[in-house]
Amino acid sequence: MKKPNETTVDMSRRRLLQGSGIALGGLVLSTWLPPLVSKSAAAEAAAAGRLGDRSGEGYGAFVRVGPDGVVTVISPKIEMGQGAQTGIAMMVAEELEVPLDQVVIQEAPPNSALYTDSLMQFQATGGSTSTRVTWEPLRRAGATARILLIQAAALQWRVAPSLCHAQNGQVFGPNGLQAAYGDLVEAAATLPLPDAVPLKTPEQFKLLGTPAQRLDTPAKVNGKARFTIDLQIPGMLVASSITCPVYGGRLLNVDDTAARRVPGVRDIVRLDNAVAVTASNFWACQQAIKALKIEWDLGPHAAIGSAQLDQELLAASSRDGVVAKRTGDIEQAKQQSASQFEAVYEQALLSHSPLEPMSCVAHVRKDACELWVGTQVPVFAQQTAAQVTGLPVEKIQVHNQLIGGAFGRRLEFDFITQAVAIARQVDYPIKLIWSREEDMTHDLYRPLYADRMQAALDEQGRPLGWEHRIAGASILARYVGSLPPNGVDSDAVEVAVDPIYSLPHLQVRYIRQEPSVVPVSWWRGVGPLRGTYALECFIDELAHNAKADPVAYRLELMAEQPRAQAVLRLLAEKCDWNQPLPAGQGRGVAVSAVFGSYVASLVELEMQGDLGVRIKRLVSVVDCGFATNPTSVKAQIEGGTLFGLSASLFNEILIENGQVQQTNFHNYRQLRISEAPAVEVHLMPSLEAPGGVGEAGTALIGPALVNALFAASGQRIRRLPLSRFGYYPV
Amino acid sequence: MQTLIINGQSQQVDVAADMPLLWVLRDVLGLTGTKYGCGIAQCGVCTVHLDGQPIRSCVTPISAVVGRSITTIEAIGETAVGQAVQQAWLAHEVVQCGYCQSGQIMAATALLQSQPAPDDQAIDAAMAGNLCRCATYTRIRSAIHSVGQVEEA
Repeated sequence: MKKPNETTVDMSRRRLLQGSGIALGGLVLSTWLPPLVSKSAAAEAAAAGRLGDRSGEGYGAFVRVGPDGVVTVISPKIEMGQGAQTGIAMMVAEELEVPLDQVVIQEAPPNSALYTDSLMQFQATGGSTSTRVTWEPLRRAGATARILLIQAAALQWRVAPSLCHAQNGQVFGPNGLQAAYGDLVEAAATLPLPDAVPLKTPEQFKLLGTPAQRLDTPAKVNGKARFTIDLQIPGMLVASSITCPVYGGRLLNVDDTAARRVPGVRDIVRLDNAVAVTASNFWACQQAIKALKIEWDLGPHAAIGSAQLDQELLAASSRDGVVAKRTGDIEQAKQQSASQFEAVYEQALLSHSPLEPMSCVAHVRKDACELWVGTQVPVFAQQTAAQVTGLPVEKIQVHNQLIGGAFGRRLEFDFITQAVAIARQVDYPIKLIWSREEDMTHDLYRPLYADRMQAALDEQGRPLGWEHRIAGASILARYVGSLPPNGVDSDAVEVAVDPIYSLPHLQVRYIRQEPSVVPVSWWRGVGPLRGTYALECFIDELAHNAKADPVAYRLELMAEQPRAQAVLRLLAEKCDWNQPLPAGQGRGVAVSAVFGSYVASLVELEMQGDLGVRIKRLVSVVDCGFATNPTSVKAQIEGGTLFGLSASLFNEILIENGQVQQTNFHNYRQLRISEAPAVEVHLMPSLEAPGGVGEAGTALIGPALVNALFAASGQRIRRLPLSRFGYYPV
Repeated sequence: MQTLIINGQSQQVDVAADMPLLWVLRDVLGLTGTKYGCGIAQCGVCTVHLDGQPIRSCVTPISAVVGRSITTIEAIGETAVGQAVQQAWLAHEVVQCGYCQSGQIMAATALLQSQPAPDDQAIDAAMAGNLCRCATYTRIRSAIHSVGQVEEA
């Protein structure tokens, strides 16, 4: 089941996670750094404590100001379309008092001590945490730099710092004195860090909260932006691979006689579970791969199919597993109830399928290894390269890159491991590119889940007791090596253990159902996607069962959640909830408090015949706290909603004989512009701390869609995608 | 040796006749603005113009384009419509990850060059072959309309 070296990878990753959690317990304080040439030099300087940090609480490395006045923000978060880096640059620019267009972004190198995410406890981009975890430290980094630059100017002018102020990349003093940041940098770098670093209040913001233009987009409209797949390193050849079609299988034998004859081909590289070809171009690689005669040992999963997996999971959902949450007395609630209601919701395997397929540039030399790769987990990239090459971690350089969509896929590093394994067998740099077919059939998929939900209801159909069983493979256990001693996968039970509804007698059970015939991983929306789907479908069923209005029913049960109530109320207003629709049309809602944001979404649709679904409106109301960049917030809700709609309508990975059946976009189809309704997004003004928005829209659209379908047609669908039952968009 | 006219320049390449234009552009000529997404004309990220018409370069063999005029994302800004589309893309903050946007811009430019003010149906017809996994469709539509309105005015 496991690849040969997977155990060791998992072990070291677990140690890393534990280490970072214990040693840091949160993002380290950001500090000021003098101008330095290379990223790794910056990290080393910070780690060596050469910066006069008096706090003793650690060092960061987020901001540099060059002698030319250029401000470099070292972003601990990678840009994959979510706009995180522009938001981070805005935080620094706001406090540092520089125009946004004077800011240059650099990717942070792998360095757990400096760049650990305080919510996720390791260095990663994901979980809709980017704005939340950088909000305080990055503004503080900018403010620290500004204070030091002002002090440097004040010393030079022999005036009190309080008589000086910073604006537009310059310090201004009394009597018309002024100096550019670049001229003050050398002096500022020698000053001790300030004891107090007050931050602006939102009322004082000039840049944050405005719809500032993103920094990464101009190069993305003229072909100049470089993604991993576009990189050219001197001496580099292109590589592509074919991996055993069944997960866990091995390479037995390969006849490469014909493949070697393809013009442009250099080497055929054998790996434990794959064969790779290097060539002058990708086309030659593909021609050669087609010409290979490969004999696989398909391993233990070769007879397994989706029907069996579904059956086993459904059976598991009736078992008891372990208790993830227990409040009140569920048995007593059941005895007191007037009636009971049960439903089972199933969720499909899903592929990430970003449009940039998995790709990684790797150069392995005797004494060092260099990677150029867009990764959400640079430390893991470094570690896997160290393990494959046997080199010490400090000999592995990782140059992070723009990512052409990830949706969680590049939280994994399987393709990096493979690139390094190929590169160590040749004496030139390689750029590994997976074909779309390899990418889709060798993904780490969003797992299958079965949620069995039971409510004990009072005379009015309101829940007295609530029992929720969640069965599925554990991503967390695979990712970090094991589950905690209580056996609960905190990701798999998210939302269920902390519902927005007041449920005094609540019991949540987690049933881990392994093995998975394919590896499973994080997919946009993560735990809240799974949890919101089950909760918001079930609550809707209960409302209809009680013959109650689905919005009013929810509002009554969320009396302790004012922000959730507010978004749902505004949604009802914006979509004319109380105006009845003609027969064959319906509205469905879903509401959530996930990723630190409150979001309510609506689908309004019209049936055309029994199976044609015409979506008329998609509306979301968002309270994400302070919106650092309202345009980016809206864009994330729009895109996240349609990303989820695409999966809800069409997507399901099926397994036959241990092999993924979907291979490309013709049989794993995606929403097209002709099928994409406009998404209306309403932002609630707020000065609360920012919440995450990259995944919230994705989590809500599925339940809102099936709830609307029920309202319009009376058909209750408990398993997505809708295409499984013959529904199609009109 | 084949002679190609790419972005107004004559280029000599020596590749197999069935090699798709996409890989000639990317791996032989180093023009990486045109992307690979599916290899079977399902996603549109490889869209370029052949004599002004949008084509999927991943399924277009080089033998079919010899001597004909090819325009890629790297040069589309040199046309008035192409430049207007690029500016509209920025003004409407269309782009998220950006990987598909070369193809989107090439398809939109071809549409607007043939139809200065397309309606929603025309946009659907011209753009439905271009997938965007970030699902920036709402903004793509608005951006195309905005160029159309300027053209009309």
